[in-house]
Amino acid sequence: MVEQKGLVKWAWVAAFLGPSLIGLWVFVVLPILSSFWYAFNDWNLLSPPEFIGTDNFVELAGDDRFWTALGYTLTFIALYVPVVFVLGLALALLLNQKVRGMLVVRAASFLPVVASWVVVSLIWKWLFNPAYGLINYGLGLVGIEGPAWLFDPGTAVAAMVITSVWKDVGYIALLYLGGLQSISNTLYEAAHIDGAGRWQVARFITLPLLTPTMFFVLITLLINYFQMFEQVWLMPMRDSAADRQVEVIVTEVVRNAFSYNRMGYASAMSWVLFALIFAITLVQLRLQKRWVHYETD
Amino acid sequence: MKQTKTFPLAAPLVPPATPTAWGQVARTAAQYALMMGIVALMVLPFLWMLSTSLKPQQYILQAVPQLLPDPLTFESYTQLAERIDLGRTAFNSAFVAIASTVGQIIISAMAAYAFSRMRWRGRDTVFVLYLTTMMIPAVVLVIPQFILVRSLGWVNNYAALIVPGMFSTFGVFLLRQSFLGLPKDFEEAAFVDGANHFTIFWRIILPLSTPALATLAVFSFMGSWNAYLWPLFTARREEVMTLPVALATLQAGPRALTEWNMVMAGSVVAVLPILLVYLFAQRWFVAGVVSSGIKG
Repeated sequence: MVEQKGLVKWAWVAAFLGPSLIGLWVFVVLPILSSFWYAFNDWNLLSPPEFIGTDNFVELAGDDRFWTALGYTLTFIALYVPVVFVLGLALALLLNQKVRGMLVVRAASFLPVVASWVVVSLIWKWLFNPAYGLINYGLGLVGIEGPAWLFDPGTAVAAMVITSVWKDVGYIALLYLGGLQSISNTLYEAAHIDGAGRWQVARFITLPLLTPTMFFVLITLLINYFQMFEQVWLMPMRDSAADRQVEVIVTEVVRNAFSYNRMGYASAMSWVLFALIFAITLVQLRLQKRWVHYETD
Repeated sequence: MKQTKTFPLAAPLVPPATPTAWGQVARTAAQYALMMGIVALMVLPFLWMLSTSLKPQQYILQAVPQLLPDPLTFESYTQLAERIDLGRTAFNSAFVAIASTVGQIIISAMAAYAFSRMRWRGRDTVFVLYLTTMMIPAVVLVIPQFILVRSLGWVNNYAALIVPGMFSTFGVFLLRQSFLGLPKDFEEAAFVDGANHFTIFWRIILPLSTPALATLAVFSFMGSWNAYLWPLFTARREEVMTLPVALATLQAGPRALTEWNMVMAGSVVAVLPILLVYLFAQRWFVAGVVSSGIKG
């Protein structure tokens, strides 16, 4: 790098960084700061905001809809995360085999990742149609009478979890694949010379060296699914028991902000969600010492 | 049998093969069956979407579903074109995606240059600011950004769909990482020859970073093309509405029958362009999604 001096240098820095920094300030930093301020205000966008201290948070604590939404969010995570965590790894192990035709499998499992959530939600809503959907038809072939799926809160959650796993498993597998391929071949060779069997190789080499990737996958899954939105917004059938009953935190935030114009209350809720995500990430970082193995060489 | 030096089976999916040839054959067969099963599972819902979109309304409500449409008709597409201004909506999606991608690339590349190829006081502190904003979840930003865009009078205006997305810090990270890996020899020689930062940026750094630029381009395009939450509240009028938002309005309200062949026709229109881009630019998609980690 060639050193320039004084004003000329700063003029160049300003020219290159200026557009990004000003944009970031106006469209990201200031909105974040003002959102924090809105959380302590009552504001319907029509009359000026009114400062109400911590009232929004007090109201939130007693808001049944919020607790229901939190309950559904946690239920989703409890059902979805373990499944996609394990299936993603299994798919990655398969994709990692050097077999003819594996590239086709990789390309195919990535198709749902590329499609938008709106399209995926609509396709699966049609597949889960109780009377004419492909899924209940398939269940009927093996003698099972399929449930009403998206019409009923309990089965609606199951249907949305299945849809989410289908959409994301290729993405998670790809993250794992990166981790698998970064494990050095010399370790496998050494293990082989020492006479280790396949199971021992998996248990003492692949698994420990994959823990950093697993950690990253887990954090990613949790951060993303605390913020799940589209499938819950679009999939439950309108005018059924599941509609307006299956809610997650982000759909509640969106409803409060854009259906009821309660900007302050919705902002407060979004900050509570941020605090939750932040706390869980911190716990994960603490716990990682117990199971994540980082190579030190 | 002679042992090879590499061990492609990092962890076996099926138990070790018996040394007999039959065991080997059975294993291979099982693996191919599994592979075909996965491909079918991933592709079948898309095929079903296409098939449904090509059927007449009365034929989609059948007790025994047919994969191949018979009779085959494009009537759901004409019906779709009557319900939404298809040309306009598709143009909006494409225009917004291209404009925000181009904008994001230019702005991110310039910032990444300042963070990687220039030395100045406070550089690391400013970079920490960029890092910090990445930790804020998208849902915290939606409300204040909407209020800002509204006060700027950008609701139902292309600007709302294009401008705020250009300042996503993900691009700056990705490109900075790529720029840091380039050798300094070229630009030092260029400086001696009297070149300025702009020449070096344009003639040396950008051409050497095409993989990272392509990754960012594909990723940014996909994000904008597929976006739903933000355009749902900032672009409600038909003149600026994008495909995902228009598509979601096709579902019937309470007590009406959703015309699934038309909804699936809309899905085909919305998903086909991005699938084509994906098939032609597969490696950049993969690189982009992997390096993004956390969405939004």
